[in-house]
Amino acid sequence: MFADFPILSTVIWLPIIGGLLVLGSGDKAPNVSRWLALVVAVLTFLLSIPLWSGFDVTTADMQFVENTPWIAAYDINYHLGIDGISMPLILLTTFITILVVIAGWEVIQYKPASYMAAFLIMEGVMVGVFAALDAMLFYVFWEAMLIPMFLIIGIWGGPNRVYATIKFFLYTFLGSVFMLVALIYMYFQSGSMGILDYHVLELGLKEQILIFIAFFLAFAVKVPMFPVHTWLPDAHVEAPTGGSVILAAIMLKIGGYGFLRFSLPITPDASNELDWIIILLSLIAVVYIGFVALVQSDMKKLIAYSSISHMGFVTLGFFIVFMIAQNSAADSGAVLGLEGGMVQMVSHGFISAAMFLCVGVLYDRLHSREISSYGGVVNVMPWFAAFMVFFAMSNAGLPGTSGFVGELMVILASFRANFWFALLAATTLIVGAAYTLWMVKRVVFGDVTKESVASLQDINAREALVLGTLAFMVLLLGVWPAPLIEVMDVSVTNLLQHILVSKVGG
Amino acid sequence: METIYLTIVLAPLIGAIIAGLWRNQVGKAGAHWVTIIGVGISCVLSIYVLLGFTHGDAESQNLSLYTWMVSDGLRFEIGFLVDQLTAMMMAVVTFVSLMVHIYTVGYMAHEEGYQRFFSYIALFTFSMLMLVMSNNFMQLFFGWEAVGLVSYLLIGFYFKKETAIFANLKAFLVNRVGDFGFILGIAAIAMYTNSLDYAEVFEKSAGLANEQITVFPGTSWSLMTVICVLLFIGAMGKSAQMPLHVWLPDSMEGPTPISALIHAATMVTAGIFMVARMSPLYELSETALSFVLIIGATTAFFTGLIGIVQNDIKRVVAYSTLSQLGYMIAALGASAYAAGVFHLMTHAFFKALLFLAAGSVIIGMHHDQDIRNMGGIRKYMPITWITSLLGSLALIGTPFFSGFFSKDAIIESVHLADRFGTNYAYYLLVAGVFVTALYSFRMFFLVFHGNGPRDEHAKAHLHESPWVVTVPLVLLAIPSVVIGWFTIEPMLFGEFFKDAIYVDSANDVLAHMGEGYHGALGFVVHGVMQAPFWLALGGFLTAWYIYMMKPSIALDIKVRFDWLYTILDRKYGFDELFQFVFAGGSRMLGKIFWKGGDQFLIDGVAVNGSAHGVGWLASVARYLQTGFLNHYAIAMILGLIGLVGWFVILQ
Repeated sequence: MFADFPILSTVIWLPIIGGLLVLGSGDKAPNVSRWLALVVAVLTFLLSIPLWSGFDVTTADMQFVENTPWIAAYDINYHLGIDGISMPLILLTTFITILVVIAGWEVIQYKPASYMAAFLIMEGVMVGVFAALDAMLFYVFWEAMLIPMFLIIGIWGGPNRVYATIKFFLYTFLGSVFMLVALIYMYFQSGSMGILDYHVLELGLKEQILIFIAFFLAFAVKVPMFPVHTWLPDAHVEAPTGGSVILAAIMLKIGGYGFLRFSLPITPDASNELDWIIILLSLIAVVYIGFVALVQSDMKKLIAYSSISHMGFVTLGFFIVFMIAQNSAADSGAVLGLEGGMVQMVSHGFISAAMFLCVGVLYDRLHSREISSYGGVVNVMPWFAAFMVFFAMSNAGLPGTSGFVGELMVILASFRANFWFALLAATTLIVGAAYTLWMVKRVVFGDVTKESVASLQDINAREALVLGTLAFMVLLLGVWPAPLIEVMDVSVTNLLQHILVSKVGG
Repeated sequence: METIYLTIVLAPLIGAIIAGLWRNQVGKAGAHWVTIIGVGISCVLSIYVLLGFTHGDAESQNLSLYTWMVSDGLRFEIGFLVDQLTAMMMAVVTFVSLMVHIYTVGYMAHEEGYQRFFSYIALFTFSMLMLVMSNNFMQLFFGWEAVGLVSYLLIGFYFKKETAIFANLKAFLVNRVGDFGFILGIAAIAMYTNSLDYAEVFEKSAGLANEQITVFPGTSWSLMTVICVLLFIGAMGKSAQMPLHVWLPDSMEGPTPISALIHAATMVTAGIFMVARMSPLYELSETALSFVLIIGATTAFFTGLIGIVQNDIKRVVAYSTLSQLGYMIAALGASAYAAGVFHLMTHAFFKALLFLAAGSVIIGMHHDQDIRNMGGIRKYMPITWITSLLGSLALIGTPFFSGFFSKDAIIESVHLADRFGTNYAYYLLVAGVFVTALYSFRMFFLVFHGNGPRDEHAKAHLHESPWVVTVPLVLLAIPSVVIGWFTIEPMLFGEFFKDAIYVDSANDVLAHMGEGYHGALGFVVHGVMQAPFWLALGGFLTAWYIYMMKPSIALDIKVRFDWLYTILDRKYGFDELFQFVFAGGSRMLGKIFWKGGDQFLIDGVAVNGSAHGVGWLASVARYLQTGFLNHYAIAMILGLIGLVGWFVILQ
């Protein structure tokens, strides 16, 4: 029944147009713009549900495809479509956006309409990134994404926001310039802008390596991977809560998605050749960043570092596939790594969002992100404390929560590549628990010693709704991840088969 | 059967959810009723399942509940494996849990967070049941970590106390060190068998007996040894074996009922259960079993010694628990899995009893836990006194009491076993018997006998605890006394564990022992002629002489052997060492990485450095643009001369 209805276009353009409408409604009547924003966000989410329910899990082909010429002279098309890799990320985007709108409800008093509009436009653009199958279209969405985020941090951000925004912008922009060069090069080689055409484009090893490095710069900054990660803690610290949520929950995933959609399938031989670099950097992210997180005194910085560490699992899971395939003792396991990385991305979307929202709840009340400003919060905010401990446990990868699933899969898979990879990755069990729970100990537990803490009010219904919804998702994915694996399985398996075939002299 | 199993697991969970989420709606009474009923249902059904094995012809069941996920051909299932071993564990867990639930009604009556407490202990029962009933490694790990979570929440139950929230973080992290090894073991199993299902893994494991694995380049280790040692590191965390034992004494910060339930009777025995469950794997690695044996025996003896110098009533029992866990682990290392599990069961009853009795004393003493302030309590708390006596007699291995059978069986099997480390283990375990009797009765005499309590105010208010407290004591005292007599034959020498525990016939020390077994009475008669019995008696008499007859001796010894006392009092320095090396070390490492790596090298040199570099370049280039025409003219002329000159030279 949805056969002809352009769902993807709707999910992209509805929030963008809705966002412009919200912007037009002006800041004079904040409630109108809030409700309008909520309606648009909910509607977009509802419209994105058919992407899941109508998804055919038996094929790796692109689905819900829309393809019309855009700039015919250069063979650039408005080409959209999704597979099992992009679809879960699109739903994550539409889902999280609703929560961001609700979370910013009465918290944002300065230019509320513009705030809501920025997030809605952001939503549409991000869905565009996940759905684009034309390289130029992808690039346009990719760069467009920077603008709303730049504004979100620049307008509603903290005192040091100018430094953070410029750092954020330069980092990500620097990365994407190289990607553009690579895309244009491939356009001249193939005469097409189709991403899927690039997948089958014959490329020599030297070309592949250069293209791989160009993509790597773009995606590694987004993920972010060590050593190009230092923009993230700064951006998070200055961003308003909603900005941090979108940044952590979705924008980082675009880097991971890029590796799956571009690097691996377009340059499989170069990926195979250079996989050790990514593995090394991923393991550094897991271990080194874990220790850095331990000594943070700012809650947002701590969670930002924790994000980098968790994203290390994603890139690790993606790039151990070649070594697993070459390991004679393991007869399979490469798919486990890829799927583990994917699950980790979705799970991290929920958990990091929840963690930043928890910090937001405290920040809204005391206007401090310092761990030392708190202590004994549980005495005055018991419900909040319950949520915070729950999400902290999921962040520490407790089984039964979504945080465990991806970590388990990647650890099991990396053991098949090399014992030491698994060993280093598994240290997160200790270090991850240490930095998360130590923060909880200092913020949530203990006796109330500060007057400011004594005056705290427990979460209201709106905050409980947002945190409760996320808790439900974290739990659901933790006790029953099968449906998520099912939708991506065929696509991931197909991807693996594709990347294990050499493009050089094959 | 599936419905029964599901009910057993879910009844406590539902109770926990209701008591936890609707704590205000159900109120105090609602919270304890809903959890007691939930755990009660579990208990009755568990006993029914157990009776099916002992008196009926029940077969072991292996069923899958639902598929958690399938990835890359690796199936992750949620399911139950219920055989004799599981059924026994289920009955023990739910019975002790039920007793603790009832007891808590009295113990926590005037505490804040009453509903929360019931919610946690019911949640614990659910988690523990998931652990023991699992039929696969993934769910085992789920239960393993879930009990750790509840333990964390309960140790930190008094979250205002700095010591409590320090202890619970410590417990969680030390357990995570164990789990770190555990998950690597699971990863190895998943890689080599491509399955996580027990039955399938066991089936394939025999074929892997000679498989080698390279961990360090150039070396080659037996795969099974690596797997078993990694799994055992998990057990060392959960069952608090040296050197990962440091969290258990501190866990006494939690309320006493959970010390009985979690940190004595059930959760800490998960490691023993796990190794027994994995007996088909452990039987393939002689090296791993030696490792298990040595760790167990070391823990048994050296932690017992610390128990002698403790003055906190709960900490004495805690060190006793550590020591007894060491005995169980040592039994596993001697391939006498059934003996380890047998001691697990008897210990669950008498140790839960001792803890709950200690709690009863603590209520009487208005939360003073220092045994030096007690004494003469026997007069005021007769039920607590007699049940404590029975528990202590069981613990030290008095003939006919349950602990006698299980402990003697362990020592005997370690004696009979033939592998690296058995001699070392045997002597430590035998010496440990004396230590056990000494610390047990030191505490018993100091608490219940002599002149007491020092504080007149405390004395005036001292009275026996209410029936909700004493009834569980009595109900636990009964199995503490008799369960060994009745169950030794089927559990150790009979067919009960035939399908659940696998022992290679060459290692089967229990079968060897069984050849000389002629009934429980014969076992006792044989036992009283052995060293352990006389050592226990010696320990008892020493304690009696020192603490009843000549208290000055204790002080004398303390002064004369000051160095020894200091070592024991400092617990061999593990806490300080770990605090310094791991807690301090990781904070220092974090600081170095952050300040040196992120802030200096990456942001300072690379990022801001290149920004400054660009800025510097621009500032230099700026001087080239002066805006004066004559400067430009000179530059042009100089350039022209240069070019012409170069051209001329080239010519």
